Amino acid sequence: MRNVWILARREFTHYFISPLAYVLSFFFFLVLGLVFYLSLSAGIAFGQIEPDGRVVIGWMVWILLLAITPFVTMRLIADEQRMGTLELLLTAPVRDWELILGKWLGSFGFLLLLLSVTWVYPLILHRMTQPGIDQGVLVAAYAGLVLLVAAMLAIGTLVSTLFSNPWAAAPVTAVVLLCLVILGNASATSEWARQVGFFQHYQTFYQGVIQVSDVAYYLSLTVFCLFLSTQVIQARRWR
Amino acid sequence: MIEAKGLTKFYGKHPAIRGLTFHAQRGEIVGFLGPNGAGKTTTMRILTGYMPPSSGSARVAGFDVLEQSLEVRRRVGYLPETVPLYPEMSVREYLAFMGSLRHVDELEQRVGEAIEDVDLGSRADSFIGNLSKGLRQRVGLAQALLHRPEVLILDEPTIGLDPAQIIEVRRLIQELGKERTVLLSTHILSEAQQVCNRVLIINRGSIVAEDTPENLQAQLAGAERLSVRAAAGSAELSGLLRALPGVREVRPGAHDGEVEVSSAPGVDIRPRVARAVVEAGLDLLELRTIGISLEEVFLQLTQEEQAPPVAGSVDA
Repeated sequence: MRNVWILARREFTHYFISPLAYVLSFFFFLVLGLVFYLSLSAGIAFGQIEPDGRVVIGWMVWILLLAITPFVTMRLIADEQRMGTLELLLTAPVRDWELILGKWLGSFGFLLLLLSVTWVYPLILHRMTQPGIDQGVLVAAYAGLVLLVAAMLAIGTLVSTLFSNPWAAAPVTAVVLLCLVILGNASATSEWARQVGFFQHYQTFYQGVIQVSDVAYYLSLTVFCLFLSTQVIQARRWR
Repeated sequence: MIEAKGLTKFYGKHPAIRGLTFHAQRGEIVGFLGPNGAGKTTTMRILTGYMPPSSGSARVAGFDVLEQSLEVRRRVGYLPETVPLYPEMSVREYLAFMGSLRHVDELEQRVGEAIEDVDLGSRADSFIGNLSKGLRQRVGLAQALLHRPEVLILDEPTIGLDPAQIIEVRRLIQELGKERTVLLSTHILSEAQQVCNRVLIINRGSIVAEDTPENLQAQLAGAERLSVRAAAGSAELSGLLRALPGVREVRPGAHDGEVEVSSAPGVDIRPRVARAVVEAGLDLLELRTIGISLEEVFLQLTQEEQAPPVAGSVDA
């Protein structure tokens, strides 16, 4: 377990020396800030500010996370393969699952940090409105986001194990994530598709309800993808 | 410390190594000598737990590489062929990261010592990305030494270094080899000759010879060879020397008046040759022994193997 922390810490700190992470963060907060500003201005213009924290962590965050996750996860394993450092990690006394878990945890930490900063928007909204915003809904929505991010990063990690070029991993991750969004979103598709897709499981969080089945969906998706990633690493040894 | 039995590895249908059996003891520096693609790296990757063999088994530091991979990896220091480094880290950060993964005690101190061992003190806080190839090689070596491993496996440790650095690294390896087991691969023959106690010559995935560098040379050389130069025609000189007892063959040398004489093994014909030339009234200009070099041994051995061997009953 100690190895997981060591690897996670290195992965996490690596984001702060890579220009890409700063570009992603800049983009993330620029768009969020704009959305927040525009919705506030609209609220002021119409004389009433909607006391709803979801104005920022709603669909906009979705799109943003969808856009940045592939770039956050693309280098996790693919870059180690490209640089040959995977040989170093696989001959160090580190178990394959520790490597995968550590890598994923590092990226999770980075996105959690981004998400934690978005708290300021509901906070401002809360101060500006009477009697403030519904905090229960907000907490549920955030819980859903955290779970969603965990699952998306696990998918990205899995894709990254399959490539030795990060820039090939990124678009593939984006396509997979997009498919999962579309699957869940299309109301015309079968019940099966909606169960597999992201959206339906997130909607309940968005309404302020935390359901065991939805939590289980995201958690099992995360665990499954991380498990598969470990298998891919192991298969690589046997190749 | 290292014991390999019948190691075989297939990449698809292509066998990279076939039935390698060898051993290395503590305090021994064993050299893996072979042309590129002979299977040196594959063998090392198996011994370090990077990949499992297709068949056969190996024990390193008393543990099975397949069954007890983590135990093996704890006790092995490995320098892969392409030195794996993180360019965005400083030398110190990199070693600290690798050391923490290996749970090295008193990490900071050990990192300092390893940096001193490879003489990188002045560049300890430089980013690895800014270092020259030779310096990077030394960082990789420091990484392999960091946890004081019982077994060191070094894949082409002196590649890309300048002559002064090569001498330095060889000296370091010899120092380390006193109390550890070192397995190093090289395709530089003089290196194997200088550094190693024992040489395994590997070609097309099989060991074709195994002995001390001196014995390998003697075994294949068989006879001593002399180069003789005198103020006379080669033909005259050949005729004179061929008649001497103990001389096996006389061949014309590179210049006129120069011949190469080979003797039967274990016979020193130099006094006889000198006397014969002088007694014939000729001026002896030069008389020197030509030892067969490991290079020739190597070529001889690896060329004998050129005919594709029968695949036998190895399963893919």
